[in-house]
Amino acid sequence: MNEKRGVFERLKFGLSKTRTGFITGLTRIIGRGKIDEELFEELEELLITADVGVHSASKILSGLREDVKINKLKEPGDVEQCLKDRILKIIKQDNYSLSIKDYNPFVIMVIGVNGSGKTTTIGKLASKYRREGKKVLIAAGDTFRAAAIEQLEIWGNRSGCPVIKHQSGADPSAVIYDAIQSAKHRGYDLMIADTAGRLHTKVNLMEEMKKIKRVMNREISGAPHEILLVLDATTGQNAISQAKLFNEAVGITGIALTKLDGTAKGGVVISIIDELKIPVKLIGIGEEIDDLKEFEPEEFVEALFER
Amino acid sequence: MFENLSSKLEVIFKKLRGYGVLNENNIKEALREVRIAFLEADVNLNVVKEFIERVRIRAIGQDVLSSLTPGQQVVKIVHEELVSMLGETDDRIAFAAKPPTIIMMVGLQGSGKTTTSVKLARKLLKEGHLPLLVAADVYRPAAVDQLKVLGKEIGIPVFDGDGTTVPLEICKKSLHYALEKECQTIIIDTAGRLHIDDELMNELIHIKDAIKPHEVLLIADAMTGQDAVTMARVFHERLGIDGVILTKMDGDARGGAALSIRSVTGKAIKFIGVGEKIDQLENFYPDRIASRILGMGDILSLIEKAQTSFDENALKKMQKKIKGDSFTLKDFREQLIQIRKLGPLDQILGMIPGAGKLTGKEINGKELIRTVAIIDSMTEKERINHALINGNRKRRIAKGSGTEVWEVNTLLKQFVRMKKMMKQLSKPGFMKRFEAPAQLMGGGRGFFPF
Ligand SMILES: Nc1nc2c(ncn2[C@@H]2O[C@H](COP(=O)(O)OP(=O)(O)OP(=O)(O)O)[C@@H](O)[C@H]2O)c(=O)[nH]1
Ligand SMILES: [Mg+2]
Repeated sequence: MNEKRGVFERLKFGLSKTRTGFITGLTRIIGRGKIDEELFEELEELLITADVGVHSASKILSGLREDVKINKLKEPGDVEQCLKDRILKIIKQDNYSLSIKDYNPFVIMVIGVNGSGKTTTIGKLASKYRREGKKVLIAAGDTFRAAAIEQLEIWGNRSGCPVIKHQSGADPSAVIYDAIQSAKHRGYDLMIADTAGRLHTKVNLMEEMKKIKRVMNREISGAPHEILLVLDATTGQNAISQAKLFNEAVGITGIALTKLDGTAKGGVVISIIDELKIPVKLIGIGEEIDDLKEFEPEEFVEALFER
Repeated sequence: MFENLSSKLEVIFKKLRGYGVLNENNIKEALREVRIAFLEADVNLNVVKEFIERVRIRAIGQDVLSSLTPGQQVVKIVHEELVSMLGETDDRIAFAAKPPTIIMMVGLQGSGKTTTSVKLARKLLKEGHLPLLVAADVYRPAAVDQLKVLGKEIGIPVFDGDGTTVPLEICKKSLHYALEKECQTIIIDTAGRLHIDDELMNELIHIKDAIKPHEVLLIADAMTGQDAVTMARVFHERLGIDGVILTKMDGDARGGAALSIRSVTGKAIKFIGVGEKIDQLENFYPDRIASRILGMGDILSLIEKAQTSFDENALKKMQKKIKGDSFTLKDFREQLIQIRKLGPLDQILGMIPGAGKLTGKEINGKELIRTVAIIDSMTEKERINHALINGNRKRRIAKGSGTEVWEVNTLLKQFVRMKKMMKQLSKPGFMKRFEAPAQLMGGGRGFFPF
């Protein structure tokens, strides 16, 4: 790509987009000057347009009605703060940062549906930890999709981290096994495993993924220490089903929400956090290697209403 | 779920029996439920509003047909209106009078352009055209390799730019290459991009201006949420698209994006992607997607599938049994065996309403074998009349099959549930469809499992 914006510039860009958006999105509604049914209706619509979903939207709005009752929400000017607070109350989890501990190696397994951004996120993550001085190994666990291994190898090059691979079509568990042996014997701090994209409704593929996890666990007690579900922010309510089924299969410890640089808001994660208590830990904001950020609840809430 | 919508509507209208006419008031509450159902299926809010308005206008003042309850009537209108808004089955490709025909595939990142390009190429090849695949995604790492590997697998030439790494130049050059290789169709796989990325959108516009494609197809993920509208609108406004392909329809997404995209672009959804394999591209049937958006599952596809893999006679016999409500554990066992013939269980279950909850948990291959073993340990009498099976018998069956009593219980519960569901599905209209899937949207009555 010709134009490579720096992180700072992009951040600034993202933030200013956020600001004006929040203002145009909410001010119009608040500007009417009355707290009435119509206001609640419009707020509901605003939430739904951000993929928050009918259920969570009505939960948030009940919260606001509660605020009216207890006199916290008295005039339209309070709406913005009350609304933010209600959402933050749901999405603020105790541990939304990804912390790598000394497990020699710490193992991260990355999973998700096809095309959600797993491989790219792995490239970004590997680069981040490499820059922090960690010794990072990448495992090419997607042996299914054509050229998935080549794609990951390019990310390995970009991030300066070696990639352990087998041939296309090989048993993914076998690759993972090999990668773990290398990581253990060569003193790596962190191993990140790519997996093939799979729809959460495919029983056989979910079994395959469980097997990968079992192999990790057999070779290193407690591994995988982090199981990241990569979710595309453009996804609607189906993301809930994705999170549920992936969670039932292997237990997710965190979510990476990608493609937030588009116009989609990813509001569906509110339901996911609420129902499954799984924190969003990372967000993807572009295709470049440094387009990965930690999830900030406040920033996320502001961006929700941006138009 | 659709069952929910139906039963909710039934409850709403119960109070109103005897009114005889749908009016502003009695329909209001019903439409509120319809709205929720649509939003849960990820239809865009504005599209939902517009849709509800259409239904309202059509419904008000209508006499309730004597054969329908008001609830059924509203759902019938909703379904019909939905089918009509989704457009028609249209799998035509605008072939050029003078070859080559150029098809350009565009869409967001990760929507499935590369796989779909290859699927389309394979389909055209089967229909007697020799396509050329063009790798114009120079941005995503190894995207070119991916196309090459897949092209090779199915024996279709892939043009990789021959040293050029500028998408526009690659596309231009591909025209000569196609001539050389005597390819009548050119399918261009472009890089995924955000609709708000001006620079990359301009790149597409330049390509379009230069090579004048006959079809620009927008590839969209069936799981897309509210943003489907913005994305599709911008692609259409800036580039002008001719059709849509909806991918990843093999999951459990309700697919409301189909309606959203269709209503902002007015373009036909030509195909749907239903799996990772290269032959998993199907025509788009509006009535099926309508049922799916309404949460009914893609039952018609399931039936078609069943019809091709089930033994004809066994199927006829089964139909009789379902109709006559004489479906027994014996038949259930027979069916389980048949189901295994259908192929990957998860794919089948994905098409059954409510089965999303079953998948991955209650039923898998091993489970099936255990279930059959349990039935095998029953006496003939028990198989014919499951009501006989009391605590003692359960213990005996569990022992005989090497399972636990709770497993026997689970199976019996499952069986009863299934029997109930089948009975619902076997209402007259549905069975007609079962026998002749060709006459899809015949009459509204009986189509819905009330
Ligand atoms: N704009 C944007 N694009 C992204 C982001 N993350 C990933 N992508 C793009 O999304 C597409 C798919 O990303 P991949 O990393 O290949 O996704 P994957 O989940 O590994 O895909 P499969 O392995 O095929 O299932 C690529 O074109 C990426 O460049 C993001 O945060 N923003
Ligand atoms: Mg990948």
